[in-house]
Formats: sequence, C-alpha cells, structure tokens
Amino acid sequence: MSGPITLLTITPLVGAIIIVGLNPQRKSLARGVGFACTLLSLAFAITLWVNFDAKSGALQFVERWPWIPTLNVEYFVGLDGLGLLMVLLTAIVVPFALLASSHVDENPKAFIALLLFLQSGMFGVFTALNFIHWFVFWELSLVPAYFLIKLWGGPRRAPAANQFFIYTMVGSVTLLLSMVAVFLATGSWDFMVLAEKGRSGELTTMLTARLGWFGLSKDALPLVIFGGAFLGFAVKVPLVPFHTWLPATYAEAPTGVSMVLTGVMSKMGVYGFLRVLLPVFPGEMRAVLPLLLWLAVATIVLSACAAFAQRDLKRIVAYSSINHLGYCLLGIFAAAQITGNDPQWNTEKAAALNGVLLQMFNHGLTASALFYFVGLIEQRTDRRGLDDFGGLRKVAPVFCGLMGITMFASLGLPGLNGFVGEFLIFKGAFALTAWASSISVIGLLVTAIFLLTILQRVWSGPLTSQWGGFSDLTVKERLIVLPVIVLMFVLGVCPQLVLNFINPTVLRVVEALKP
Amino acid sequence: MLAWTIYISFAGAAALLTLKPDQVRAARIVALLASLAGLLVALAGAFEFSASGGLVTVADKAWIPQLNIRYTLAVDGISITLLLLTGIASVTGVLFSWNVTHRTKEFFAFYLALIGGVYGVFLSFDLFLLFVFYELAIVPKYFLIAIWGSTRREYGAMKLALYSFVGSAMVLVGLIAAYVLAGSNTFNLIELAKFPFPRDFQMWAFPLVFVGFAILAGLWPFHTWAPTGHVAAPTAASMLLAGVIMKLGAYGCLRVAMTLFPLGLDDWQHSVLGFGSWRDVFGLLAVIGIVYGAMVALVQKDFKFVIGYSSVSHMGFVLLGLMTLTTIGLSGAVLQMFSHGIIAGLLFAVVGRMVYDRAHTRVLDELEVMRLSKALPFAAGTFVVAGLASMGMPGFSGFVAELQVLIGAWKAFPTFAVLGGLGVLIGVAYTLRAVQKSFFSGHAEPSSELRDGTPNHDLEPISLPEKIGAALLIVCMVVIGVYPQLLLKLIVPALRSDLMAPLLKGGL
Repeated sequence: MSGPITLLTITPLVGAIIIVGLNPQRKSLARGVGFACTLLSLAFAITLWVNFDAKSGALQFVERWPWIPTLNVEYFVGLDGLGLLMVLLTAIVVPFALLASSHVDENPKAFIALLLFLQSGMFGVFTALNFIHWFVFWELSLVPAYFLIKLWGGPRRAPAANQFFIYTMVGSVTLLLSMVAVFLATGSWDFMVLAEKGRSGELTTMLTARLGWFGLSKDALPLVIFGGAFLGFAVKVPLVPFHTWLPATYAEAPTGVSMVLTGVMSKMGVYGFLRVLLPVFPGEMRAVLPLLLWLAVATIVLSACAAFAQRDLKRIVAYSSINHLGYCLLGIFAAAQITGNDPQWNTEKAAALNGVLLQMFNHGLTASALFYFVGLIEQRTDRRGLDDFGGLRKVAPVFCGLMGITMFASLGLPGLNGFVGEFLIFKGAFALTAWASSISVIGLLVTAIFLLTILQRVWSGPLTSQWGGFSDLTVKERLIVLPVIVLMFVLGVCPQLVLNFINPTVLRVVEALKP
Repeated sequence: MLAWTIYISFAGAAALLTLKPDQVRAARIVALLASLAGLLVALAGAFEFSASGGLVTVADKAWIPQLNIRYTLAVDGISITLLLLTGIASVTGVLFSWNVTHRTKEFFAFYLALIGGVYGVFLSFDLFLLFVFYELAIVPKYFLIAIWGSTRREYGAMKLALYSFVGSAMVLVGLIAAYVLAGSNTFNLIELAKFPFPRDFQMWAFPLVFVGFAILAGLWPFHTWAPTGHVAAPTAASMLLAGVIMKLGAYGCLRVAMTLFPLGLDDWQHSVLGFGSWRDVFGLLAVIGIVYGAMVALVQKDFKFVIGYSSVSHMGFVLLGLMTLTTIGLSGAVLQMFSHGIIAGLLFAVVGRMVYDRAHTRVLDELEVMRLSKALPFAAGTFVVAGLASMGMPGFSGFVAELQVLIGAWKAFPTFAVLGGLGVLIGVAYTLRAVQKSFFSGHAEPSSELRDGTPNHDLEPISLPEKIGAALLIVCMVVIGVYPQLLLKLIVPALRSDLMAPLLKGGL
C-alpha cells in the first residue's frame, strides 16, 4: 500500500532509529549507516526524478488515505515539479552536510540520528498536500534542528537555539490559526482544493459569509487571515523585518546544520509561499502587493548591506543567504502582479517563477557549499573573522579556487548556476514591476562587493605568518565538495535539466493566476 | 464486565491490608497486578464496546429503594476513553512508585482505593452513586499527600481537600435541587436529563454544578489548590492528580452539569459586563487559565511547580473545548483530557521520580549546575519527548486535541482562540526553559569546585520499572497523536447520542 513517496520519507527515519540503537562506542559504524541512508534516499529521489513525467504539471506518485475523518484530514502526498525539485535538493544537501560533519566527535550517534530525522521532516514538508499532514512535518523538522543547534552549536548556542525555536513557533501558531479559519470556512485542508477556491475567489466569499467577526469588513477579514499565514512563512524564509533570528542561528549552528538550515530549511518558507500563499490567497496578496514588494526589496538591499558590514564570515554568509532568498520572494510577488490578458505577461510571469525555482535549488547548493568552506576555515584555525586572515591562497590554492568558484556562483557569474536563476527572476520582474527590480539591483552590486571582499581579505594579499601552516583541502575534502561544484557548472551550462520538469508546473501556477 | 475495574481495585486495596508491613515486594506486586488487571478489563471493554456503540448499561440494581437510588453503571465512548486513561495512569503510577519503602502496603492500598473511586465515577450513571465515588476518591488522596508527600504536604493536602469539599457541596446542592424539582424520584442521569427543567432554574443550577466540578478541573481562579497539591504529592499521586483527578472535575462538568442543564448555556438575552451567557463567562475563565497558568509556569523556581501550573494551563483547553458546544470542540476536550492525563503523568514521573528522588532537589537553579543530561540521559530524553508533547507538537496526542479545541473556539469565540494560541506559545517558552535549566544547562563545562560539590556521579541509574512506565506513556501519546481516530471513533458517536445532542449548539 505504501508508495514511493512514503518510502522516501521514512527511509531516513528508519535510519535514525537504527542508529539510535547502535552501540555508542562504534562511532564510525553510526557514520557509515547514516551516510548509507542518505545515499539510499538520494537514490530514491533520483528514481522519482527519472520516473517523473516531465511534460505534465500534474501531481504524480499520489498516495491518499483517510487519516482523521472527523476533521477531514487525509494522508495525502504527491509531487509536482516544485515538490520534486525540493526533494532532490534535500536528498543532495543532507549527505553533503553529513560528510561535512565528520569531525563531530561528541555523541555523533545522536547527531546523525537527528540529522536524518530532520531529513525525514523536510521530505514530508515537500511532499505533503493536506495542511495538517504537512504541518506535522513542518513542526517536527523544527525539533531536530533545535537540538542540533542547542547541543552541538557554538559558544552562544543556547540563546540562538531558543530564538530560532520561538520565532518559528510564533509564525507556526499564527499560520495554524489562519488555516483553522480557512478550514472553518471551507471544510477542507487540501492544498489543491483550497488553491481552486482561492483562484475562483470563492474562499474570500466563504470567509466573509461563514465567519463574520467583530464586524470586520469583507476586505479586512481575509486580509487578517492572510496576515497570519504570511507571518508563518515570512519568519521561516526569512523576510525583513522577521529575520533577526537567522544570523545568530546560522552563526552558532555547527557547520553541517548551518548547511541544512540554509540549504533546505530556508526553502521551506519559500515553498510555503509558492504552495500556499500564492495559490490560496492570490487576491489578498494583490491587495497588499506594494507592501510585499517593499518588504522583498528591503530584504534584498538591507541584508546585502548588513552582510557587507559584518566581520564574521559565517554571519556574512548568513546575511547573504537572506539576500538570495529575497530574490525568490521578489519573483513570487512580481508574478502575483495584476496584468492584462496579453500572453506576453504570462511569459514574464513564467520566467520569474522559473527563476524562483531555479534560484531555490541553486542557492541550496551554493550556500551550503559556502558554509562548508567557512566551516573548514574555522576548523583549521578556530577563527572566522574577516580580518583574521590574509594571503591564504599561497598555502591553499585549491581551497581558494573551489571557494572562489562557489562565491562566483553565489554572486551570479554567467556560466555558473546562480546566474540563470537570478537572470530569469530579473527578466520577469523588470517587466512586471520595474521599480522594485531596479532598486533590488543595488543588492546584486553589494553582494558582489562583499563576496569579493572576502576573496581579497582572506585569500589575497600578503600571507600572515601565523597561517603559514594552513593546509590545503585534503583529498577527502575535495571529494566531498566535488559533486556540488560539478553540479554548479552543469546547471550553469545546462539549466534545462531542471527547467524541463519545473516549467509545466510553473505554467500551471501562472494559468491559475490569470484574472 | 467493566464493573470489574472497580471491584478489582478495591479488592486489591483490601488484599494489601492483609499483608505484613515488611512484605514490601509483595505489596508492589499486588498493586501492579491489580492495576494491570484494571487496565486489561478497561481495554477489553473498549474493544467490545467499539463493536456495539451507543450507551451500554453495565449494571443496574436497586441500592436505596426508599429514595430510588440505584447502582447504575453504564458506559459510552467518553467514559471508555477515561477508563482507559485511568487504567494506563494507574499502571504507570505503580511502576513509578517502585521505590516507595515508607509504609508501602498502606501507600498502595490508598492508591488502589483512589483508583477504584475514579473508575466508579467514570462508570456511574446514577448521580448519587457518582457523587459517592467522587467523594470516595478524595479521601485516599488526602492521605497519600499528607503521609507520603514532600514540600508543605499537610498544607497541600488540606487545601486540596477543602477545595474539593467546597466543590462537592455546590454539586450536591445542585443535584438535590434537580432531584426535588424533577419529582420523578430518580437520580438516574438519563431519566433526569429528559426532564425539562425550567430555564430560570437551569440558569442558576448550571453554574453552581459546573463550578463545583470545575474547581477540581483547575478552573481559574479556583485553581490554586492544583499547583500546591501537585507539588506536595508523592510522584504517583501527582501523576494521578494531574492525570486523572483533574479529569474527574472536567468529566463532571460535561456529564453532569452540561448534560442536565443544557439551557444554562443559553444566551441571557441581556449583556452583563459584556458577557452574554455563562458560556462566555466560563470560556473567558478557561482562556485566562490557559494564559495565566502558562505565564506563571514560566517564572517558577521549582521544577515541579512548572509542571503543576502547566496542568492548569492545559486543563484550560479542556474547559474551553467544553464551552465551544461543537462536536469538534467537545471531542477535542475529551481527547485533551486523555492526552493531558498521559503527558502530565509522564512529566510528573520525570520530575518527581527520575530527578527529585535522585538529585534531592527540584530547584531549577540547582539542577542547572548538575548537568543531568549526562548523568541521566534517559530522564533527559523522556522529558524532552514529554515536553514536546506538552507544548503541542504535531505527532503527539496533545496537538490533535488542542487543534480541535482551537477549531471549535475559532467558531465560537475567535478572540479566545487567538489567546489560546498565545497560551501555546508561552507553553513552548516554559517547556524550553524547563528543559534547558533542568537538563541541558548552558554551562559547557562546570568549574571544578562545582563538579566536586555536586554528587552527580553517584546518581543511581534509571531503573527498569521507570523505563517500562515511561515507554508505555510515550507509546500512548504517539499512537494517539498519529492515529487519533482510535479514540475519536469512540468519542464522537457518544457526543452525537440523544443524551448529549441538546448540547451541540454550535454546529460542526
């Protein structure tokens, strides 16, 4: 009875349970089992990709069972292009993060088990299509992340972990309350059903008709409901001004966990915008679109400036992560713009959304690789200040080269993966909302500046004598990062690999956005 | 057959009294067997019941014929749910009392008598009988706390007893008034519920009886017995107090007050201080309980007080659910009774048995330097799981229950639903605080004098009965969390029965 998606979701969970049962002394066995599990899920994800009918934007591999009939909750999973993309990203980033955590020596068994548990949660989030079912995974993925930070993080990990948990929980509770209101109005938790009702405007009518509270007008009530749901996702992405938990969290988390947080968990927020907010609340989104666009612009520009002002490498990468996700939101909000029925607009919207999806995937790869490199520097020197180093290129040329490639991918150099996504977003967004896109370009420039500053301060210049013994990447480290670097080139040169299967899904979304 | 739950428990208590004082091991085993037998009977009854559905009469015999008081035992899905809870709580309570050596046989005798009384309340459909069992449960409770308790035990025990008796007195007045007014010469709940009590009568009898029971359910501002009682009680008694006794109150509210006087929940047709009905009043008190309990829990210094106040907060959800008058809200309330019984039981077990009995302190600041996550990893893990369940993480029973209550409340009182959400958030905060302070303190490495000063190397390891008990409770909360239908399919038909139908005013 269980289908491929269920199998994919429970594989890491089973792995986690096996690892918990292992003898704590056998650390390398735990690592081996953990890595094998992530490889197995990667294999499953690739199988799904191979068997996915790229031409159809419809849901595939659907499994559907009644779960709590009295609440109309179903076990409902399925994949479209968006889901598949995120599943692939999760399946790639987690083994990468696991390998990057091989230096964790304090209770590695628990570390690996929690990481696998987290992977299970993320697979669940990207495949579940019934709100309650989805929410279970959304919340459960928070728990391992919290403990990974709390128990293995840096010196100020306790406040960071708490801040992370509480911020996300606030968002989750408002999201839950909003979706409960939607359920009361419509009687459904099903994303697909809700999207249909949202598209036709039936949802707004139902909310007003069935829940008349406090004399809120028929415009204000849906906006309040939308606001609650918006907060849940905006905190997760995060969008300025809800981002303050992120730098501390990313900076304190152990390297492997930062990689997963930025690589995959931040995408959960963007995914929520694409899966829930845009389809279910298009009208409400349009009503406050100027505000949302301003928030996206602020996210892009302010976080880039903040990254420029940081002196801690991990914090720079953390802020740059906010900046890159800002482009995704810019693309999404631009696509929500009301336009005429001219087919040209649909092309632009499709371009922007395709760009958003690509950017999610690319940023997942690039940002996790950047955190990996920063982690390696910290591991070697116990420092990660921007001004602590200098001239390291002389002693570690390969390290410098590979990190340089990753940074250029991050700032969007053509030929590397980051370019295609950002280009498509800006292509679509310029046509749809020229002002927001123009201001956002500042973000691109500042990103280039601070990334180049890193190259300059850390790798170029005269070699500080104390780092004469800084070692280059070992063979193992090169092998760990190689697949990701290769992917950066492959996707930069041949983005069709991804565009092929996401485009039909994007076209469906665009179709649903037609007035 | 379910009537045997009562008899087995009382028989167990009687058997214990025949033992010699030094037969500690035998006392434990008798207690364990009696509670296990009770659980098995309840389980068997639940299976048998699911097949049939509806209200099933278990026993019906004349008892005091002059007043037509009968020994009527019956069950519906709601009672079954609570019988199961009682069974689980009693078995785990014995497991977590394995180390009681002071007057062991009396301890377990009182314990089983208490359990028997609780089973009796959940089974009685004759209100006089229900009242007798209700009182019967309070007496052993008093002794359990006063003799085997800790911090300020006489005070806690006396406060609990006084509050309970005041509540009982209110209930009794209401019941006798109803008996006299109906004039049908019966205490049978089903018969009485059919009698059309005048609206004016219900308007004062409902709040009287409701508050009478709700005192025991921890309704704010009558909750103050709960934290002191929980803290003073020995571990097993706190588990039962939070797990089962508070449910007696909530069950009484639903089964007696609300079922007998459904019109008491109607609108007053005029507004007093902004309230339009008793429903608004009690709804507000419930929400205050949720938020206030959580906020007070956030600042406690004593680990057990944190859990004690969290119980007040979680019972607020039960009462709020009752006031929604929707199937979803009411089934959520019943589910929350079950879920909180399990979760609070486990929390108290960790605090009282696993931590306090070993570390001999419950002050969070003292626990903070003991690095208990290293010394007692099993306790730390259990507390984390129980804490997550308590903060309403999806996948655990608390989530489904609180979600249903919130859905019901959204419909009836949206403001309260939002405040309930706030309560959940504060719940997250105090749980995290307790987890960190007690087990995972921020000190990476305690300074050497601290390490020498704390005797954490000679903390005895977690024993097997504790592990079994914890595992049993965790399995329950996960199973119900993942598949709540197991209980909902018992609860929902009961709410839709003729007996409860007049209550469901909110639709859904």
